[in-house]
Amino acid sequence: MNKWLSPKSFFGIVLITAALVALPFLLGMGGGQAWVRIVNFAILYIFLALGLNIVVGFAGLLDLGYIAFYAVGAYTWALLASPHFGIHWPVWAILPIGALVACFFGVLLGSPTLKLRGDYLAIVTLGFGEIIRIFLNNLNAPVNITNGPQGITLIDPVSIGGFSFSGTSEILGLTLSGPQKYYFLLVALAILVIIINLRLQHSRIGRAWQAIREDEIAAKAVGINTRNIKLLAFAMGASFGGIAGGIFSAMQGFVSPESFSLIESIMVLAMVVLGGMGHIPGVILGAVLLSILPEALRYGVGPIQMALFGKMLIDPESLRMLVFGLALVLVMRFKPAGIWPSPERKRELTEKSGAKA
Amino acid sequence: MDIFFQQVINGLVQGSIYALVALGYTMVYGIMGLINFAHGEVVMIGTLVAIAVTSSLIGAGVPVAVAGLGGLAAALLVCMALGWSLERVAYRPLRGSPRLTPLITAIGMSIILQNLAMIIWGRNYLTFPPLLPKINYEFAGAHFTLVQVAIVLISAAAMSGLVFLVYRTRLGMAMRATAQNPAVASLMGVNINRVIAAAFVVGSALAAVAGVMVGSYYEIAHYQMGFMLGLKAFTAAVLGGIGNLAGAMAGGVLLGLIEALGAGYIGDLSGGFLGSHYQDIFAFIVLIVVLMFKPSGLFGEKTGERA
Repeated sequence: MNKWLSPKSFFGIVLITAALVALPFLLGMGGGQAWVRIVNFAILYIFLALGLNIVVGFAGLLDLGYIAFYAVGAYTWALLASPHFGIHWPVWAILPIGALVACFFGVLLGSPTLKLRGDYLAIVTLGFGEIIRIFLNNLNAPVNITNGPQGITLIDPVSIGGFSFSGTSEILGLTLSGPQKYYFLLVALAILVIIINLRLQHSRIGRAWQAIREDEIAAKAVGINTRNIKLLAFAMGASFGGIAGGIFSAMQGFVSPESFSLIESIMVLAMVVLGGMGHIPGVILGAVLLSILPEALRYGVGPIQMALFGKMLIDPESLRMLVFGLALVLVMRFKPAGIWPSPERKRELTEKSGAKA
Repeated sequence: MDIFFQQVINGLVQGSIYALVALGYTMVYGIMGLINFAHGEVVMIGTLVAIAVTSSLIGAGVPVAVAGLGGLAAALLVCMALGWSLERVAYRPLRGSPRLTPLITAIGMSIILQNLAMIIWGRNYLTFPPLLPKINYEFAGAHFTLVQVAIVLISAAAMSGLVFLVYRTRLGMAMRATAQNPAVASLMGVNINRVIAAAFVVGSALAAVAGVMVGSYYEIAHYQMGFMLGLKAFTAAVLGGIGNLAGAMAGGVLLGLIEALGAGYIGDLSGGFLGSHYQDIFAFIVLIVVLMFKPSGLFGEKTGERA
C-alpha cells in the first residue's frame, strides 16, 4: 500500500465504490428507472459543472453561454450518428470530434473576448450562447442541417464493440436496464474527468489560471502568456461540455434546441457558484444538489400541496423554479463563497470583508 | 426605398423602448457598477400590472383614456416599489462583495420574479387592451400608427425628464457625485444609500413606462417577455457606453434601427440563406463587435479595469 493511502482513506474509497456500484440497483428497486435517469443527468451535470469550473472557477472568466458547447457536442453526435444524414460513425470517432468541434467553438468565443472581463464577458458569452441556439433553431432552411425546432430523433446510442448501452441486457447474471448501463459508463467517465481536473488544478497551467484569476497584470508580468492560457481555459472547458453533450445526445436519442436555452447555462453556472467556485468537491456537490433537488421538488411539491390544502394551489413547475431562485439569492447572501468553498477562497473572502470596514 | 423608411420607423419605435429600459441599466451601473439583471423583469411586471388594472377599469365602465392612465399609474407604483425592494433586499446586503455574487443574486431575482408572474398571471399570452384609436399615417410610402407616434413622443418626454432630474436637481447632483466617487461623495454629506435607492426607483419608473409602451405596441404580454427585452436594452446601454445617459439613449435608438434594418435586409444580403427570424442575433453581434473594438461604447469614457 502506498504511503499516502492510509487505512482510513482506503476504507473510505472502498465504501464510496460500494455505494456507487449499489446505487443504480437500489434506485431501480425503489424509484424505478426514472430515478436512475435522474442520477445519470446529475452525473452529466457534474461534467458540465467541472468544465465550466475550469473557465469560471480556475481562470476567473465569467461564462454565461457555456451550454452552447454542450449543444455543439450534442448536435455533432446527433448529426454523425443518426438517420438524419444517414451517417452512423462509431463512438471512438464521434466523441473526439465532438470535443474538438466544441473546443473550436470555445476558441472562437474566447479569442474576440480576451480583453473583456467580469460582467462584460458574461454578457458577450451569454449573447454567444443565444446566437448558437438561434442558429440551431433556424438552420433547417434552405438547407436542412439541424432540422430546426423539431430537433433530431433516432440518434444512435453509445455502443462499444457491438455492446449497446441502450436496452436491457444480462451481464454476469445481473439484468441491467439501459439507464443502469449508462450509469456505469458515466461513473467511469466522471472518475476520469475528476482526476483530470484534480491534476489540472495544481499543474503549471492550473497555477497560471489561478494567477490570471487573481491579477491578470501581475500574471503577465511574471511571464505567463495570458492570451494562450485564457484561450486554453475556454478550449478545455468547451471540450468537456462537448463530450457531455455527445453523451447526452446518445442517452436521450433525441436533441432539440429547446434543451440548450439560457436557463441551462445559468443552471450550470449556479452549480459552480453555489457549490464553491474553483473547489472541485464543492462544484461536484453543487452539481448533484442542483440537479437532484429540483427533481425531488418536482415529485414532492405536488403531493405536499395536496396533503396541506387538499388541492393544487400553485403549479409545481413554477414553485420549483421559485425555490431555485430563492436558493440562489439566499446562498449568495449568507455564503457568498458557496456551500463548500476551498479553504483559500474562504480565507480571502473573510479577509476582504474584514479589510473593507 | 419603401422598405427602408418603413424599417427606419419601426426601428425608431422599438429603439425608443430599448432606450428607456437601457437608461435603467445604465443609471444603476453608473452609480454602483452592477448589472441589474432583473431589470427586464421589472418591465415585464409593469406591463402585466398595467394590463390587469386597465382591463379591470375598462370592465368597470371607466373611459379608455382614464383606464389607461390608471394602468400606467399602477405600473409606476408597483415597479418603483419593486425596484426599491430589489435594491434593499437583494443588492444592498451584498455591497462590497466579489462581482460575481450580485450577478448570481440578480439572476436569482429574475427567476423569482418570472415565476411569481407566472403564478399570478398564468402561462398564457395576455392581450393588452388598445389604449389609443387605431389611426394610420403615411409618409413617403411608409405606414405608421398613432401608437408608434405616441411611443416616440412619450419616451422622448420621459428621457428629458430624466436629464432634468440628473443635471438640474440636488438629487441628480448627488447621483453624479456618487457615480464619480462614492467615498468622497459620502464625505460631502451625500447619503449614498438614498442615492442608490433613488437610482433604482427612477430606473424602475422608466421601466414601467417602457412596459406600458411595449404592451400597447405589441398588444400582447407574457411572463417571459422581460428577459430578452432586458438583454437587448443592456446591449443598447453597452453600445452607447454603459454608465452614460446620452449613450444609453443613442444606443437604444441605434440598436432598434440596426435590428429593424438588419431584419429587413438580411434575406437579400445573404441571398435568401438567412431570413428575418434571425432578427434576434443582431443585438448580440452588435454587442460582441462593440466590445471587441470599443469596449467603452460609442460615447463612454474609459472604464479601465471594468472593460
